[in-house]
Amino acid sequence: MAENSSKYYVPESSPWPLFGSIGLFLIAIGAANFIQQSTQFGQNTLRADGTWGQYVLMAGVLWMIATMFFWWRDTIKESLTGLHNEQLSGSYRQGMIWFIFSEVMFFGALFGALFYARWLIIPWLGGAGNNAMTHELLWPGFQAMWPLTTTPDGRTTQVMGAWGLPAINTAILIVSSITLTIAHHALIVGERGRLILFQGITILLGLFFLSLQVYEYYHAYHELGLTLEAGIYGSLFFFLTGFHGIHVTMGTLMLIVCFFRILKGHFTKENHFVYEASAWYWHFVDVVWLFLFVVVYWL
Amino acid sequence: MTAVAAHHDHHDDHHHAPHGLKRWLFSTNHKDIGTLYLWFSFAMFMVGGFMALVIRAELMYPGMQVVDPEFFNQMTTVHGLIMVFGAVMPATVGLANWMIPLMIGAPDMALPRMNNWSFWILPFAFTILIGAVLMSAFGDGNPSAPNFGWTFYAPLSTKYGPASTDLFILSVHMMGISSIMGAINVIVTVLNMRAPGMTMMKMPLFVWTWLITAFLLVAVMPVLAGAVTMMLTDRHFGTSFFDAAGGGDPVLFQHIFWFFGHPEVYIMILPSFGIVSAIIPTFARKHLFGYASMVYATASIALLSFVVWAHHMFTVGMPLAGTLFFMYMTMLISVPTGVKVFNWVATMWRGSLTFELPMKWALAFVVLFTCGGLSGLMLALTPVDFQYHDTYFVVAHFHYVLVSGAIFSIFAAAYYWLPKWSGVMPNTFLGELHFWNSLLSVNLLFFPMHFVGLAGMPRRYADYALQFADYNWWISVGAFWFGISQLLFVAVCVLCAMKKGKKAEAAPWEGAEGLEWTVPSPAPFHTFDTPPVIK
Repeated sequence: MAENSSKYYVPESSPWPLFGSIGLFLIAIGAANFIQQSTQFGQNTLRADGTWGQYVLMAGVLWMIATMFFWWRDTIKESLTGLHNEQLSGSYRQGMIWFIFSEVMFFGALFGALFYARWLIIPWLGGAGNNAMTHELLWPGFQAMWPLTTTPDGRTTQVMGAWGLPAINTAILIVSSITLTIAHHALIVGERGRLILFQGITILLGLFFLSLQVYEYYHAYHELGLTLEAGIYGSLFFFLTGFHGIHVTMGTLMLIVCFFRILKGHFTKENHFVYEASAWYWHFVDVVWLFLFVVVYWL
Repeated sequence: MTAVAAHHDHHDDHHHAPHGLKRWLFSTNHKDIGTLYLWFSFAMFMVGGFMALVIRAELMYPGMQVVDPEFFNQMTTVHGLIMVFGAVMPATVGLANWMIPLMIGAPDMALPRMNNWSFWILPFAFTILIGAVLMSAFGDGNPSAPNFGWTFYAPLSTKYGPASTDLFILSVHMMGISSIMGAINVIVTVLNMRAPGMTMMKMPLFVWTWLITAFLLVAVMPVLAGAVTMMLTDRHFGTSFFDAAGGGDPVLFQHIFWFFGHPEVYIMILPSFGIVSAIIPTFARKHLFGYASMVYATASIALLSFVVWAHHMFTVGMPLAGTLFFMYMTMLISVPTGVKVFNWVATMWRGSLTFELPMKWALAFVVLFTCGGLSGLMLALTPVDFQYHDTYFVVAHFHYVLVSGAIFSIFAAAYYWLPKWSGVMPNTFLGELHFWNSLLSVNLLFFPMHFVGLAGMPRRYADYALQFADYNWWISVGAFWFGISQLLFVAVCVLCAMKKGKKAEAAPWEGAEGLEWTVPSPAPFHTFDTPPVIK
C-alpha cells in the first residue's frame, strides 16, 4: 500500500488487537472472581483460600504485557524501517491528546465527587438547607466538617496535613517536569549526553515520588487511622491520590521505556513521537497533582 | 509475519483481500471492521429484543405467568444494557467505520489496529454480561444476573447487588475502553485524514455528527468508568462514596451516572441526525437546507447535554435553584433540535420527492423522533415530571427516540448504503414488508405506553393493576409483531450478503451526492489509496 500512495500508510493486519481483547477478558473475569473471593462485603478482610480468580488475573496481566510487548515491537520495527510518515505521526499526536483528555475527564469525575461531598453532602447531613429533620432523625450527633474526621456512624480518622511529605512531593513533581523539559530540549538539539542525564534524573524523581507516596500511605494507615474504610474523606483521599499514583507509575514506565530506546538510539530530532507523548503524559499527571495538592491536602 | 510476506508478493493494483478467518480476526481494514461491528450489533439487537419479548410476554396479562419477578428484573436490566451498549452504539460505530473514510476520501481509519481492538473487545465484554444471564436462566436464578435496572443506581447495585455485579462492572470497563478508543479513532480520522480540499464545512453531515458524537464519547465514558469503579470499591473495599453512614450519598451516584448518561443519549441519536441529513436531500433531489445551521445545532445539542443531567433526578430532591437550572437548560435543547427538524422539512419543501426504502425510514424517523422529542419536552417540566417520573410515559418517550428514532435511522442507513457495501440492491419486496410492519407495530407497541404511563403505571414492575390490562395486551401484541417483523430484515441482509439481488451501480440513488458514490459498488477492499481532490 505504501508503494501506491505518496501520502498514506495503512498498517498490515495484526493479531495483537485480538490478543489484547483476550487479555482484557482474562483480567476482567479473573479480577471479578479474585476480588469476590478475597474480600468480604463491606470490609477488607483477606481470605487466603485457593481460588481460580487470582491465577486467571495473573495470566491475564502477563498475557497483556506480552501482547503490548509484541504489538509495540512491530510498531517500532515499522517506524525504524521508515514506514511511518508525517500523516501517521499527526494521527498519533492527536490520538494521544484525546487520550489525555479522556484521562482529564476521569479525574474530573473524581474531583466532582469531592466537591459534591464537601459542599453538599456533608452540610446536608449536618442539617443545612431543608435537611433539619434528616439530621435530627438520622444522626443527630453528626457535625458537618471538612475534612470529615468523624463519620455519621462514628468512625474517626486524623487529617493528612499538606506541608510535610505532600509539599515535598509537589516540589519533586514540579522539578521532574522541568528536568524532563530539559531532556526533551536536549533531544531536539541533539545533545545526547544531556538527554540521557536528565531523562535519568526525571525517572529517579518519579521513583522517589512514588516511594514517598508509599511511605505516606503507610503513615496514613498505621498512625492516622486514615484508611479506605474511614468514611468519605478516606475514600476520596485514596481514590484521588491512588489513581494519580497509578498514573505516575504508568508515566514512569513510559519514561523508562523511552530511556532504553534513547540508549538504543531510536529517537531522532524529527521522529520521536513516543518520547513526546510520554512527556505530555508526565506533564498531565503533574498538573493533576497540583490540583490534588490544593483541594485534597491543603484547603 | 506471513501476512506481510504474502502482501509484498502482490503489491500490484489489484489489492487482493486477505482470506479466511484471519481476514476478520486480524483486520486493519475499515470496511471489514465496519461489517463486523454491524453484524455484531445486529446479533445483539436480536438478543436484546428477545429479552424485551420475555418482558412483554410476562406483561401481556396481569398476574405472574411466564417468569418470576426476580428474573423479570434481570430481563429489564440486561435488555437495556444490551440495547444501549451492544446494539445502538456498535451499529453507529459500524456505520462510522464504513462510511467516514469513504465520505472524506481517506484510505482507512487513522489508527487501523486500534480500530480492530475497539471492535474485538466487544464480543468478550458481552460474553461476560450475557454469560451472567445464561447462568441465571439455567441456574434457576442463582446466581442472579444484574437486576438493578440499566441505570444501576446505588445502593441497589452496591449493597444489594448480586455477585454478578462485579462481572458487570468489569464488562462495563471493557465497553468503555472500546468506546474511547473507537471515538479517538473517529476524531483523529476526521481531523487528520480528510482529502485535500475537503474542508470542515464541506464534510457530509454524517461525518460532522459523528465527530461531535466521538467528542461526547471521549468526554463521558471515563466518567462512567469512575462511577463503576466507585461501585466496586464500595462493594468490596469499604469506601463510602454512596453510603450516607460514612458521609457519602447514593444521590452522588445518580449525579455521576447521569453526567455520563445524558450525553450518552445524544451519543446514540446524533449519528442518526447525520444519516437522515444524508438521505432526505438525496430523495428530495435538493441540497440540505441550512447546512451550517445543522452543524451549529449539533454542536449546541452536544454542549447543552453536559448541563442537563439532573432532569433525570427531579424527584430525588435537590435545591430549587438546581431544579430550575436543569429544567430551563433541558427546554433549551429543543431549540437546536427544532432547527434540525425544520431543516429536514425545508429540504423536502418543493423537492422532487420519491419514496424509496431509505427515504421511507428517514421520514418515519422525522415524524416519530419528533413525537419522542415532544414527550421529552413534557418530561423536562419539573412539576409535571413528578407525575410522569418512573412511569411507562418515560418508557414510551425513550423508546420513541431510540427505537423509532435511532434504530429506524440505522435501518434507513442500512437500506441506503447496502448497495455500496454488498454490490446488490436490497430486496424491495421484503424491505417494504419490513418497513410497513415495523412502522405499524412500533406505534402499537409504544404509543399506548403514553396512556398507561399518564394513568400511573410504574415502569420496571413484573405486574400491574387490573385497570392497565387492555392496553398492556395491545402493547404486547405490538411487541411480538415488531419483533417478528425484524426477521424480514435478517432475510434482507442475508440476501445482500449472498449477493442475491439486482446488481447495484456505483451511484444507485439518483439524487445522491458524496464521495462514497464515486467508488464502485461493492466498494473495493481499498479505496482512496491516492487521495481524491475535492473542488
